[in-house]
Amino acid sequence: MMERTFLARNPSVLIFIALLALFTLAVTVLSEGLGTGFVSTAMVKTLGMTLCFCLIAIAMDLVWGYCGILSLGHFAFFGLGGYMIGMWLMYARTEDIVIASLAGADLPPTEQEIVDAIGTQIFGVVGSSEFPWVWAFADSLLIQLVLVVAVPGLLALVFGWLAFRSRVTGVYLSILTQAMTLALALYLFQNDSGLRGNNGLSGLQNIPGMADTPQSVLSVWFLWASAVALGLGYMFAAWVVSGKFGSVIRGIRDDEARVRFLGYPVEAYKLFVFTITAVMAGIGGALYYPQAGIINPAEVAPIASIYLAVWVAIGGRGRLYGAVIGAAFVSLLSTWFTGGRVPDVDLGFYTIEWVSWWQVALGVSFVLVTLFAPRGIGGLFDLFINRRTPDRHGADLGPDTGSLREKEAET
Amino acid sequence: MSTLLEVSGVSVSFDGFKAINNLSFNIGPAELRAIIGPNGAGKTTFMDIVTGKTRPDEGEVLWGEKNQSLLRLSESQIAQTGIGRKFQRPTVFEDQSVEDNLLLALKKNRSPFSVLVFKKAEADTAAIQALAEDIGLSDQLTRKAGELSHGQKQWLEIGMLLAQDPQLLLVDEPAAGMTLAEREHTTTILKDAAKSRAVVVVEHDMEFVRRLECKVTVLHEGAVLAEGSLDHVTKNQDVIDVYLGR
Ligand SMILES: Nc1ncnc2c1ncn2[C@@H]1O[C@H](COP(=O)(O)OP(=O)(O)O)[C@@H](O)[C@H]1O
Ligand SMILES: [Mg+2]
Repeated sequence: MMERTFLARNPSVLIFIALLALFTLAVTVLSEGLGTGFVSTAMVKTLGMTLCFCLIAIAMDLVWGYCGILSLGHFAFFGLGGYMIGMWLMYARTEDIVIASLAGADLPPTEQEIVDAIGTQIFGVVGSSEFPWVWAFADSLLIQLVLVVAVPGLLALVFGWLAFRSRVTGVYLSILTQAMTLALALYLFQNDSGLRGNNGLSGLQNIPGMADTPQSVLSVWFLWASAVALGLGYMFAAWVVSGKFGSVIRGIRDDEARVRFLGYPVEAYKLFVFTITAVMAGIGGALYYPQAGIINPAEVAPIASIYLAVWVAIGGRGRLYGAVIGAAFVSLLSTWFTGGRVPDVDLGFYTIEWVSWWQVALGVSFVLVTLFAPRGIGGLFDLFINRRTPDRHGADLGPDTGSLREKEAET
Repeated sequence: MSTLLEVSGVSVSFDGFKAINNLSFNIGPAELRAIIGPNGAGKTTFMDIVTGKTRPDEGEVLWGEKNQSLLRLSESQIAQTGIGRKFQRPTVFEDQSVEDNLLLALKKNRSPFSVLVFKKAEADTAAIQALAEDIGLSDQLTRKAGELSHGQKQWLEIGMLLAQDPQLLLVDEPAAGMTLAEREHTTTILKDAAKSRAVVVVEHDMEFVRRLECKVTVLHEGAVLAEGSLDHVTKNQDVIDVYLGR
């Protein structure tokens, strides 16, 4: 049997990429910045951010749906990616402003004066003007971009090494990842953490050196960047899970001890998946926060990572498009419900206000999906195709090309 | 005769209960050996110790030409040195095809990076075909392992063991839940396997053990009670008392 190419074996990847491209194009054509203006800039940003959520959902599906590690800490990595790019954005933009304001002075400002002025601007809110050590490379876009990948990756590597090495699994591991997120959030909340405490980093939507480009155009660029990242992330994840590696990690999910007795170093596989998905989450965050405009420690709160698990469960774990559907569907619905524009339901004796009741509705649907539709929304596709088409084997059983083939009929 | 595996003076207790009590046991290369003994005799625990699942409180387990101690290795390292294990309850990856199960077991580099870039070669497909032939599953390759019958799952697991190409095979109750015809086939597979490697079979069923025509070790309360041919051990009064004449 000939080995077919990766895309031929995984037609769902092509379909996904095509749909993603179509979606991004459509939004561009309808955008305020580059198109007819039917879709507002705020909406373009929301859609771009949703694509970033889809990316982290794929990471979550890889680590949970395929490898069986219920991490409740991936939003910490997402947030760290955001903080890393946020530092450069804030530094470089403040630098532009400071230089412009000092330009009128009689004496040209010295290097040190500029740095001091930037420090005062950025850290004034936390009563300081000194640059903390974590800002050491904030003036270099290149280094901060490397840190977007390196900081979440290293944290995941160290945390995962400690946890997996001591064979922590199941609910204990989930609790441990929650503890990690909580610790990170509490640390970031402190004013002397060096990242402006609960103020977080703001003004991130203003891209340094692009003061003349309106937000309506920038938002479309970020939409495209997010779409490209999502497309690449999807292809990467599909490649990882489609081969023998995917077979091993699904084996780990279903029976870890058995995989060990086959001679596979299970801990190394888990560490690999945990780290690589943390990096994906970091990249997602680095694209998300320039669109959101602000990042603060609340974004890293443990609850965010729990929502992530809910998205993936509702979308259908163990299938990549399920994770994407879940993240897009639930987060957009959530934006809509919490946006305050959904009419309240008047029951006569009680009025349901969606802004507060949406959380309850989400919680209930999560329980319902877990109990009655463990395959999630993605499972609906099975009803249509009944069986994954790329898995066709053998000759046709009947005269029609559409009829079941030999091997399919057995299952 | 040189020894492949040497277990000496091994003891292990669970909450004060001695499951294995000063057990010593040798097996040579290319030897077929049956271990019998009543329920709770410690047969499965013995396999757990050799494969690294359970750490003994005392004793030593030495392996191969160089007398390497297995007690310092992890489960996956022990498997990589050439010890394969079939569990009492058939454990195959039910959600994956028979072919994928065999491919997982096939002797290859096990590190994450080499597995990530692994591409199935013609030779691998042929090897899987040949294995499937041996275990009578060649027309089931594309089926999910979860859909196989109990006996077929046992065979698939034996096939996965053979795919690992180990020097020592530990087989825990391979005939459980098999029909008479399936048992005979299993005997053939095991005897064939023992031509080029050591095979240790734990079994309850005397008829099955008789058909293996090999040296038998009787285990009782975590220690060796008797050793020798099946006829020899079945004449042993101790064995009759604790096992046969129940
Ligand atoms: N992990 C464990 N914890 C406690 N007791 C155990 C454990 N594993 C085995 N035992 C006990 O050790 C004894 C030997 O068990 P086992 O090796 O499974 O016997 P068998 O010869 O039937 O395979 C039994 O009494 C069993 O209850
Ligand atoms: Mg047993």
